[in-house]
Amino acid sequence: MTTSPTADVTTSDSPGVSGAEIRLDRVTKRYPNTSAPAVEEFTMTIPAGKIVVFVGPSGCGKTTTMRMINRMVEPTSGTITIGGEDALHIDPDRLRRTIGYAIQQAGLFPHFTVAQNIAVVPGLLKWDKKRITARVEEMMDLVGLDPGTFADRLPRQLSGGQQQRVGVARALAADPPVLLMDEPFGAVDPITRGNLQDELLRLQSDLGKTIVFVTHDFDEAVKLGDKIAVLGDRSSIQQYDTPDAILANPANDTVAGFVGAGASLKQLTLMRVRDVQYSSDEVLTVTEDEHPATVADRMTKAGRTYALVVDARGRPLRWVHVRELAGRSSLQQAGKPVGDSVSTQSTLQDALEAILTEGGRAVVTGSRGEVVGTIDITTVTDVIAGVREEHGVGEAG
Amino acid sequence: MSLWQYVTERWDRLSLQAWLHLSGVVQCTILAAIIGVAVGIAVYRSPAGSAVATALSSTVLTIPSFALLGLLIPIVGLGVTPSVIALTLYGLLPIVRNTIVGLAGVDPAVTDAAKGIGMSRTGVLTRVELRMAWPAILTGMRVSAQMLMGIAVIAAYAKGFGLGSEVFSGLTRAGSANSLNQALAGTLGVVILALLLDGVFVLISRLTIPKGVRD
Repeated sequence: MTTSPTADVTTSDSPGVSGAEIRLDRVTKRYPNTSAPAVEEFTMTIPAGKIVVFVGPSGCGKTTTMRMINRMVEPTSGTITIGGEDALHIDPDRLRRTIGYAIQQAGLFPHFTVAQNIAVVPGLLKWDKKRITARVEEMMDLVGLDPGTFADRLPRQLSGGQQQRVGVARALAADPPVLLMDEPFGAVDPITRGNLQDELLRLQSDLGKTIVFVTHDFDEAVKLGDKIAVLGDRSSIQQYDTPDAILANPANDTVAGFVGAGASLKQLTLMRVRDVQYSSDEVLTVTEDEHPATVADRMTKAGRTYALVVDARGRPLRWVHVRELAGRSSLQQAGKPVGDSVSTQSTLQDALEAILTEGGRAVVTGSRGEVVGTIDITTVTDVIAGVREEHGVGEAG
Repeated sequence: MSLWQYVTERWDRLSLQAWLHLSGVVQCTILAAIIGVAVGIAVYRSPAGSAVATALSSTVLTIPSFALLGLLIPIVGLGVTPSVIALTLYGLLPIVRNTIVGLAGVDPAVTDAAKGIGMSRTGVLTRVELRMAWPAILTGMRVSAQMLMGIAVIAAYAKGFGLGSEVFSGLTRAGSANSLNQALAGTLGVVILALLLDGVFVLISRLTIPKGVRD
């Protein structure tokens, strides 16, 4: 306890982790003149370097809980430690300089330029000027804003998405081990939100911060969270588990209600084609310059009614039925073009979409677009069944 | 004698009176600004406090200036003191009200973020809130200054400073030589000073309001 606990914790996990573990122990917030506490006996360990998403209905206390970590809300009782250090016994202003903070409306200072906004926390920590300038440029690059173009702009000259990027850059500027994000992407359009989410995941894979993310959007939670905490009234933890486990096996009706319809479909967004057993030998591939008679022969031998015509680089072109081959002199123009194909990087949801449009079976392509196999509806249903079994759906108790 | 001749012949005395008038009004406005902004900062977080402060400063404004001076003379005597007190009190309302409105109008997300990233209470106030409320505060000061220009004329009644004494003695000597010229010179002088000071305020707001806060 006496030697710098932060350093120990941050290095203990894995090389890519710069975050610190957060422990909340029986944390309660009671506002004066109210009978029920806003947050009651909240106990949770947030692992270092992970994204934990608090999700729950409006007014459930998820934001209050998050704000107690940087003491924007002062807990009535309980203990909070960050990287082993007691957060409730340090000066709150000093504590907050070591915790990144990003909120829904970005909250940029309108009278500061983008660069000045990002430089605030390093300035508060009294970094020297050169270091701040270098850091500001680094942060702008990190969030995808060109320093030459944007450094001297004012916040009101930016789009909502750009403002959010500056907000995240400002939160990360002093390299805090912990980042608190309160619905940071709630006020931007769905496409920008998707991009910002992707970028957050990319940043996180490099930075390995401990991120507490509050949202009421369960899909966002599934996309971003390493773990999700579904919270009910008074911030009571209904379920705290991986997105996978929550989707497969909601702990109670509240969670099930929040997961909503289509849990299995959401499950499919978590898995990629490369992670499942798609069939790699089911399909008979033929090149365009083969003679139809030879192809027909091969198909009969293999017992197939369909063959996939590929180009010289092995990329899918058309499906041909054995009947279409009779009397043809070449495979050019024969068959039905392949519409939708999926890559091994695609999610199973994309794969399902392709399977449905292609009529039962979709072509899987590798990194250079070459055919590596096919995937069909049974593969998808088997995967879902497997996941549900793994998380104990249907077991008693 | 024409007004022009009157003014050029008595330029020394008139310019001194004009200078005293201007400097008195500016000093009282600054004093009112210091007190008004301090009061605004003290009360803007509490709706009740804001209401009380605004009501009190409006009440001052409803007291006729003659009456207020008359009430002050027995307490602090004649001269500059009652004039300064009266002008400062009158100058408070626009500044107090605009400070409260300006500070309360700061986007809560901005102050939340400022606090959340580790700015101290004073840091949030001086680097964020006051900077963003500054246009409103400055407008309050501008309104006060214009108002005080006129009220300062009345201060001559308490043997105060400025062009008021010209106006008063011109009026009391009505009918005698140059009495109209004297009253007119005083009145026009006040109008010109008011326009000049307003121009200075426009310049100050150009120079001091940050670009990101300007409309």
